[in-house]
Amino acid sequence: MEDLTSREDACPQLLDLIPNERYWLMVQDAGGGRGSRGIGRLDASEEKKLELRLGLPGEVEEERKPSVLSLGFFSKTPKTTSINPCHGAKRGVFEEVESNSEGSQQQQEEGGFFQLQSRAVSEKKWSLKTYQQQSLEREEAHVAPGNPTGPSTNSQTRTTSLPVVGWPPIRSFRKNLASSSVKQSVEHENGNIEAKAKAENNNKGWLVKINMDGIPIGRKVDLKACDSYEKLSLAVQDLFLGLLEAQKDTCASAPRKDEEAKQAFTGLLDGSGEYTLVYEDNEGDRMLVGDVPWEMFLSTVKRLRVLKSSDLSALRLGAVCRKRAATDC
Amino acid sequence: MTYFPEEVVEHIFDFLGSHRDRNTVSTVCKAWYQVERLSRQNVFVGNCYAIRPERVMARFPRMKSLSVKGKPHFADFNLVPYDWGGYALPWIEAAARSCAGLEELRLKRMVVTDDGLELLARSFPNFKSLVLVSCDGFSTDGLAAIATYCRGLRELDLQENEVDDHGRQWLNCFPDSCTSLISLNFACLKGEVNTGSLERLVARSPNLRSLKLNRAISVESLNKILARAPHLVDLGTGSFTVDHRAEAYHRLMNSFPKCKSLRSLSGFWDASPRCLKALYPVCINLTVLNLSYAPAIPGDDLIKLICHCFKLQKLWVLDCIGDKGLAVVASTCKELQELRVFPSDIYGAGNTSVTEEGLVAVSSGCPKLNSVLYFCYQMTNSALIAVAKNCPHFIRFRLCILDPGKPDPLTNLPLDEGFGAIVRSCKNLRRLSLSGLLTDQVFLYIGMHAKCLEMLSIAFAGNSDKGMIYVLDGCKNLRKLEIRDCPFGDGALLKDVAKYETMRSLWMSSCEVTLGGCKALAAKMPRLNVEIINESDDFEESKENLVDVHKVEKIYVYRSVAGPRNDAPEFVWTL
Repeated sequence: MEDLTSREDACPQLLDLIPNERYWLMVQDAGGGRGSRGIGRLDASEEKKLELRLGLPGEVEEERKPSVLSLGFFSKTPKTTSINPCHGAKRGVFEEVESNSEGSQQQQEEGGFFQLQSRAVSEKKWSLKTYQQQSLEREEAHVAPGNPTGPSTNSQTRTTSLPVVGWPPIRSFRKNLASSSVKQSVEHENGNIEAKAKAENNNKGWLVKINMDGIPIGRKVDLKACDSYEKLSLAVQDLFLGLLEAQKDTCASAPRKDEEAKQAFTGLLDGSGEYTLVYEDNEGDRMLVGDVPWEMFLSTVKRLRVLKSSDLSALRLGAVCRKRAATDC
Repeated sequence: MTYFPEEVVEHIFDFLGSHRDRNTVSTVCKAWYQVERLSRQNVFVGNCYAIRPERVMARFPRMKSLSVKGKPHFADFNLVPYDWGGYALPWIEAAARSCAGLEELRLKRMVVTDDGLELLARSFPNFKSLVLVSCDGFSTDGLAAIATYCRGLRELDLQENEVDDHGRQWLNCFPDSCTSLISLNFACLKGEVNTGSLERLVARSPNLRSLKLNRAISVESLNKILARAPHLVDLGTGSFTVDHRAEAYHRLMNSFPKCKSLRSLSGFWDASPRCLKALYPVCINLTVLNLSYAPAIPGDDLIKLICHCFKLQKLWVLDCIGDKGLAVVASTCKELQELRVFPSDIYGAGNTSVTEEGLVAVSSGCPKLNSVLYFCYQMTNSALIAVAKNCPHFIRFRLCILDPGKPDPLTNLPLDEGFGAIVRSCKNLRRLSLSGLLTDQVFLYIGMHAKCLEMLSIAFAGNSDKGMIYVLDGCKNLRKLEIRDCPFGDGALLKDVAKYETMRSLWMSSCEVTLGGCKALAAKMPRLNVEIINESDDFEESKENLVDVHKVEKIYVYRSVAGPRNDAPEFVWTL
């Protein structure tokens, strides 16, 4: 039974893959094939929603549970899924699907989105089908015609990882490989995820930006060359000593200038000096350098800053302390 | 009736390499059965529950080598509960009682215990070789027992086991008099070992040809070991990363040129591109290269290495190699037989992965390619058709498209035609794993053409019972069928129940099979064990409430002459 409520629509190219402009909440076909799919009924904003989401067009936001992609499909038209009463079927993501779908047949006929199976198994709602439908929909929505390759198209659609039990079929020790050796943090910046990961893992040397209050020119410090906070402190001194001297009073004699300048860099780590070393971590927070073990620092630091200790306002410090406390527990 | 004296028949049987051939001749007549069984030295048991250990020992009293497999393959992916079974101890005990001449034991996916290992170590004076693959249940204490009591041990090969770390002393337990080691593989151990002991052990093992270290071994140690064992043929490095300014780095650069016999390399945990340069001198002789534990090596550095590996026969890499890297493989590695490309980042966006192009390139450039395991994010029918045309000699073809049920991105069609081309072209295909969007049609093709197929793995595929029926009907040589998340139900299960006695096992999980169907199967086929695996907490109570129409989550069906097993845990119900 088809939903004939489609209307003529100037569909954007993306969706022109399917010539018949039918409402894509369509129904099964007898054959083993996928049956035709309809598109129609999507204006620009709805289409946009479709592009970014994995749910049905016009689907309400709240109903989408990111961890269970397939659930998005069911918000409007709960499917019947064969519920396995004899056990809480541990199907990972499918569990929630089943528990939600007390669904009735009627609703399905009314507006179930396209089914892929033949009538022979008409009553069952297969979690498998949700995957197939999902991926088909994604492909429709995102693959521009004539765009053959590019994992990137798929990458856009893979908004969350699908925690299916036992999938992909690789041994557990392979799953943890990337995370255990590369210490990946969530990357907000696009591009160069690889480079960053490489940089974190390599012994080649790892350059991190560092700025100092009052000095317009920033530097980069090689964190891998320092194997401790003390070395880092010295490295910072090396980087900025000359620049700081240049900014100070030029009347003073050279050696004295040197002394004074060096003085500025003592107590970088413990808050006792004229300047304090802070860093920005992978969550964008500003942190005092020296709190966490060196290795942990390496894995979260994104950039460094040398602040005037007097500038560490109570507010900022409070925020830093709170975060510190949070990471402590 | 034999026309030859028994000694002659026995001598003829010596030429029969495979256990399958020996199994066949033993069915000819009673006399041949006797001759064969008394002369068989290598015994292979594909399913530890198919036969009782005692019967095996009784039949083959002169057994020298025993191989046993336990859990179903899907246990590798956590689909089989932890304590499902597959215990090695009964086998070790039976062998200890009846076959004192045992020299070699190979176990796969079994639960081995420290007690079992100790019993093993003490019971067989001629014991030479222990190979454990994907096993668990034991610790380094068990290894200590092996090291202590197995005089004349030649091989200790631990592949991908889960071993509890009880300290590093186990390696010290190899006595000074132990000089017979040929192969030592402890790559899967998580803990540290005593590196001094290791170096001394290597130094006093002149026959050592294969050594695979674990991640805890540093480059510094590796250097010392390589200095002592320049005759190594097969090396698994430990942690392959060191600061390029350190002395150890320079030593590393100089260590490999001395190893003129090196043909096989693996390990490379935490490998950095700089350290990989150490391998350049030995590249041209390598036949086996496993870089699948080195996610930090970008494609370009892999290429720099692989472009010298002209003799490579087996390559395992991560998908960081990219299509570009696979093109280099295709143009360089003309001897390549086996390729495995593993995913480096399964939660990611697939930016670093390979596509169908890489596979097509390798299939086109490597004429000897016969075994493929390929993880990718997409595949097209046209690519598969091209691969099928390029490589009609595939024995194993395992494709895993990481998005379950994903169609051909070019056409949005299922991948039926692509896989159909594979089975049509590769007449000797023995093992096939499917993925992507697939309908019943692909199974029609498989049933029609995959006549040599022995093992088939299916996930998220098919539309109806017909799919499974096509396979059971057409694949005459099918031995193992494992299915997950497919719409196959009782109709398929019960269509040809006699078929399962010709197979080793059937696994179905998250399908449409009901309790009633399983009961019917068990009733019709008494020599099949029909196991229902139900992991929900209230299984016991629900057992009473179970009605035949209820679907079962996991079933494991296997032929057996041993009857229902007596070591099944609560959540396993043998009908």
